Amino acid sequence: MKEDIAVTAESVVKSFGHGAAAVRALDTVSAAIRKGEFFTLLGPSGCGKTTLLRLIAGFETPTSGRILLGADDVTDLPPNRRPVNTVFQSYALFPHLTVRENVGFALKMLGRPASQISARTAEMLALVKLEELADRATAQLSGGQQQRVALARALAPQPKVLLLDEPLSALDLKLRKEMQVELKRLQQETGITFVFVTHDQEEALTMSDRIGVMSNGKLQQVASPREIYTAPVNRFVADFIGETNFLPVTLVKEGARLGSGEIVAAEGKGGVLTIRPEQVNVVRADKAGAIGARVENLIYFGTDMHVHMRLGDGAALVARMPLPPGGDGGLAPGDAVGVTFAKGAARLIEE
Amino acid sequence: MAKPGFTVAHLPGFATIAVGVFVCLYLPIITLVVYSFNGGSSIAVWQEFSFRWYSVAWGNEAVKDATVRSLVIALSASAIATVLATFAALGTTRRAPYRGQTFIYVMINQPLMVPEIVTAVALLIIFASIKVATGYHGLGYLIAAHSAFCIPFAYLPIRARLEGMDTVMETAAADLYASAWQTFRYVTLPLLAPGIAAGAMLAFVISLDDVVITEFVKSGGQDTLPTYMLGQLRRAVTPEVNAISSALLALTVALLTAFFLLTRKRD
Repeated sequence: MKEDIAVTAESVVKSFGHGAAAVRALDTVSAAIRKGEFFTLLGPSGCGKTTLLRLIAGFETPTSGRILLGADDVTDLPPNRRPVNTVFQSYALFPHLTVRENVGFALKMLGRPASQISARTAEMLALVKLEELADRATAQLSGGQQQRVALARALAPQPKVLLLDEPLSALDLKLRKEMQVELKRLQQETGITFVFVTHDQEEALTMSDRIGVMSNGKLQQVASPREIYTAPVNRFVADFIGETNFLPVTLVKEGARLGSGEIVAAEGKGGVLTIRPEQVNVVRADKAGAIGARVENLIYFGTDMHVHMRLGDGAALVARMPLPPGGDGGLAPGDAVGVTFAKGAARLIEE
Repeated sequence: MAKPGFTVAHLPGFATIAVGVFVCLYLPIITLVVYSFNGGSSIAVWQEFSFRWYSVAWGNEAVKDATVRSLVIALSASAIATVLATFAALGTTRRAPYRGQTFIYVMINQPLMVPEIVTAVALLIIFASIKVATGYHGLGYLIAAHSAFCIPFAYLPIRARLEGMDTVMETAAADLYASAWQTFRYVTLPLLAPGIAAGAMLAFVISLDDVVITEFVKSGGQDTLPTYMLGQLRRAVTPEVNAISSALLALTVALLTAFFLLTRKRD
């Protein structure tokens, strides 16, 4: 029993429907979320991330397996008896109550004295910078303000864990960036464990202490953003997070042999080599140790340029290079070039 | 400039038919109201403008008596029907789907489908034997009968409102430590209030208006306003009936307006 674990999922299975039509939304998921960390469940829609969140909140009960909060088994507890609060995707603010009444709702339900409720509510409204709007109806607020009310409402009863179900997806890009910073600040100020669900990999990388990547009801990898990005365990994780190249290789004594015959050094194990475009260097064709390639296309991105190439065996490879001001890096489609991989960047993964 | 595409207004004769329908709907009501102010004794020959028949009706003890009885029955029956309909609506929308749900739905709406005269006869028979067995001849029978046939009228708007309400509100309440009762009291009920008000209003009007079942179920001396007026028609018909009808119409319009004003802000 570890003291620093906030949420534990033990071999959790969740099926919807019966018999042959049953769908396994979660397939034997085990995870331990640490106290005080910003943990993100990342995956495409339908991967089971929201189902796992709903199981932690108590809106669903697992088909088998257990959910623990700290050391307590809460598998069969209803949501109103779990010290966990949720920020819903649609915010789910109560339309018949004011901002203040929304934020004070949980404390009122817990039967706290009025003085304590008003003090805590004021504190929460200050935390999300909404003091002036306390007596407005929630329908009068903008999307970003509603988001803040939802956060204040969920944080007011000081939950052990705050669950956030894609809370930023309804906001426009600029507001989303602001709220990302805001959420991170709130998490650090309150010290509460955040479990954040998103399908946006950039959001996950910038905000999280650790990320759990999910697909097909299974947890594929749990690690820090850096590790997820630089050392994905399989093709799904590598492909879902950022852009990457996949090259089929055969393992030989010296390293991994590409289809075109060159041998490169690579860490990890498996039959596929993955290398991020920014770790691919385009060099002169005659440079020693370079892999031969031909430029197919150049795509301009403003800050940098994507160089689409083909290797000797026809395998596609993309390099991303910073662009000199006004220049095109001296490349043109059809050029014969050489390619090298940054040291330690090429990794072998399973299919 | 006309908008392109299909508009019913372009159908030949559409406007004429629409006007005709409205005339057929409202001309009788307008005539009724106009003749309620007739100074003469005929309901068809106009003499002069007067409030004569309103004061006759106002001074008529039988009318007063029937009005009070109608209101007592309508208020009691709509209250009882609305409470029961609210629970029925919750039971058919706020739980996992179950076998026989459609059957229950049909059962609740039974009074809408069974001919009223059949229910009236059935109630006459069963209440007659209860009256003999208990010796009770009060208003209870009428209130019970009205409550029963008002349930579906109260049920339909309440259910419609519940189905339109996102259950995420109730999920959020449970997440914020509300027990099942607190969730109902502080979230479901306030959000449902416009539906409940609409249901109660409809039930009230339906009860106030009923003739067939009331006629069969009432004991001696238990005339409601509609059965009293029906009784009057068998004798000499005077514009007093017009005056009472117009007053009922005014009450209904006032209720609907109040309801509209009350609910408009919330939605």
